[in-house]
Amino acid sequence: MKENLLLDYLLQLGDNALVLGQRLAEWCGHGPILEQDMAITNISLDLFGQTRNIFQYAAKVEGEGRTEDDLAFLRDAIHFKNILLVELPNGDFGRTIVKQFLYDAFNFLNYTALLESTDKQLAAIAEKSLKEVTYHLRFSSEWMIRLGDGTDVSHQKMQTALNDLWMYTGELFEMSKTEKELLKTGVAVDLEKLKPAWNKKVKEICEEATLKIPEDTWMQTGGKTGVHTENLGFLLADMQYLQRAYPGQEW
Amino acid sequence: MKEADLEKKFQDKVDAEIRIEPRDWMPEKYRKTLIRQISQHAHSEIVGMLPEGNWISRAPSLKRKVGLIAKVQDEAGHGLYLYSAAETLGIDRDTMFQQLNSGKAKYSSIFNYPTISWADIGAIGWLVDGAAIMNQVPLCRCSYGPYARAMVRVCKEESFHQRQGFEILMTLMNGSQEQKDMAQNAIDRWWWPSMMMFGPTDDDSPNTVQSMKWKIKRYTNDELRQKFVDVCVDQAKVLGINLPDPDLKWNEERGHYDFGAINWDEFWNVVKGNGPCNKQRLKTRNEAYDNGAWVREAAMAYSEKRAARKAAGKVA
Amino acid sequence: MKNTWPLWEVFIRSKQGIHHKHVGSLHAPDEMVAIENARDVYTRRQEGVSIWVVESKNITASNPDDSDAFYEPARDKIYRHPTFYDLPDELKHI
Repeated sequence: MKENLLLDYLLQLGDNALVLGQRLAEWCGHGPILEQDMAITNISLDLFGQTRNIFQYAAKVEGEGRTEDDLAFLRDAIHFKNILLVELPNGDFGRTIVKQFLYDAFNFLNYTALLESTDKQLAAIAEKSLKEVTYHLRFSSEWMIRLGDGTDVSHQKMQTALNDLWMYTGELFEMSKTEKELLKTGVAVDLEKLKPAWNKKVKEICEEATLKIPEDTWMQTGGKTGVHTENLGFLLADMQYLQRAYPGQEW
Repeated sequence: MKEADLEKKFQDKVDAEIRIEPRDWMPEKYRKTLIRQISQHAHSEIVGMLPEGNWISRAPSLKRKVGLIAKVQDEAGHGLYLYSAAETLGIDRDTMFQQLNSGKAKYSSIFNYPTISWADIGAIGWLVDGAAIMNQVPLCRCSYGPYARAMVRVCKEESFHQRQGFEILMTLMNGSQEQKDMAQNAIDRWWWPSMMMFGPTDDDSPNTVQSMKWKIKRYTNDELRQKFVDVCVDQAKVLGINLPDPDLKWNEERGHYDFGAINWDEFWNVVKGNGPCNKQRLKTRNEAYDNGAWVREAAMAYSEKRAARKAAGKVA
Repeated sequence: MKNTWPLWEVFIRSKQGIHHKHVGSLHAPDEMVAIENARDVYTRRQEGVSIWVVESKNITASNPDDSDAFYEPARDKIYRHPTFYDLPDELKHI
């Protein structure tokens, strides 16, 4: 099989949206208050919308007749290319917010950079997604501050979550082989260049949230090359069950 | 004015189809009846999120997944609109939540049945939402303004729910034998509980007369149930699915379908808390509420701090 | 009870050129969250282009008991309406 760099890149982007959307949807019906239940569900719906746009394009790029659903439901964990951060369990509402914020801050910059992609279709997807992600970042930033600077209990929970999740942020800026190749033609984003802006945003919000940014230690890696945490397998088993149990059916 | 005069004036207004608004005088019993009915309705929306929410993670395609999430989210919205309507009557949402969580308040019994296959999502959309719409459309003309307005919004949003359910079933019925069986199995389990959604028969529903007089209710339970049956029989034909009632047949004289006896024993038992999922549903609601307490508290604390800082800034 | 959020009334402008209209209420700890919650609750189907929120306790409402004194006196002032004035049919643009 010929290596298809663009397909691989699109899967990286799409898998992040899909897996995070799937995680957020777990909150539907279980949120801390109805209003926030609906808010987080809206973000989940945005992410699934982005997934579909990206996968539909990926399927076209591949040109082998696979559909968005084939890409979502018929690949196993080792073929998923999302970063580890998004597949981690939600934990409590605070941990979900920290995870979301760390990702949103990145995602906002990434989509902004993708507006300049030499791949016009991808730039168009980025433009549409960016409006949504702008709101996500606003939402998660505010809740970082609200819960970080809320009560002693909430502060403690947020700080612990931030400490625990920090080692998964290195991967945000790690360039896969595909990304390095596609950077040469201006399709992909130079992630290293996003890092200062991400650091600045995280610092600004954490300061306001009275949260201490953890020291950079050993960073986890592997998602982009299919080496995932154990969490992803369970998430996929759940998500893919019907397509696997009844192959080839319409739903 | 004397109580009797006020009451007469109130009833005249209701009879003249003038809506009652929150600050208007109303009989205490009218207020209590409405609080009970609207909060039960709101609870049903919120608990109703759970059986369907079960299938969000397992929805079989991305299209089905977003459709289902949007639907379950709508139910949160509907609960919210309804709690708001009840709040205009002088009860707050937290009190209503506590009534639900303690098991004191009732909600629609249908949500105490389990969703065990994907076809259940179709069956709930078609039958349960179908029955709910039957109930809710007349409520858009309910005498109490805020309830009626909330229902207008709910009905507008809900119209896609039933269509979504029907489409899911239709796709299954056009699919493999296994899918057809899955759909039939779901209808076999959901038909009778859906019939029970309209509540006890009219002879066994002592509050109906008063509610009709107050124009909270526009049709009796049995009238609505009959409408539902008549509509479903034809729709089932389109689906090519069997409704599990051997006594279903057209009655030329009545101009309606006759149907078999409902198992009221089962109905009352589920109402009393003995349904397959009563305990599980309440436990889930309690967990969401309790686990969210620190979040609500922190948000409130932050807002107070922020307001204080702002005030201090202004003074300085 | 510190975890109970106050109630807010929500007003939405459905499109430019139209008044904000009351659409319902919701709970939020402050005005910032109230606006965002209103966005998430009441504009899911493109119902609006602008949102107002006001904490419910800050609304002053007229008393229904005053209805007669407030609104009845306007009833017979029909001279405030254009149809009160009898003009010939052939008259145009007035």
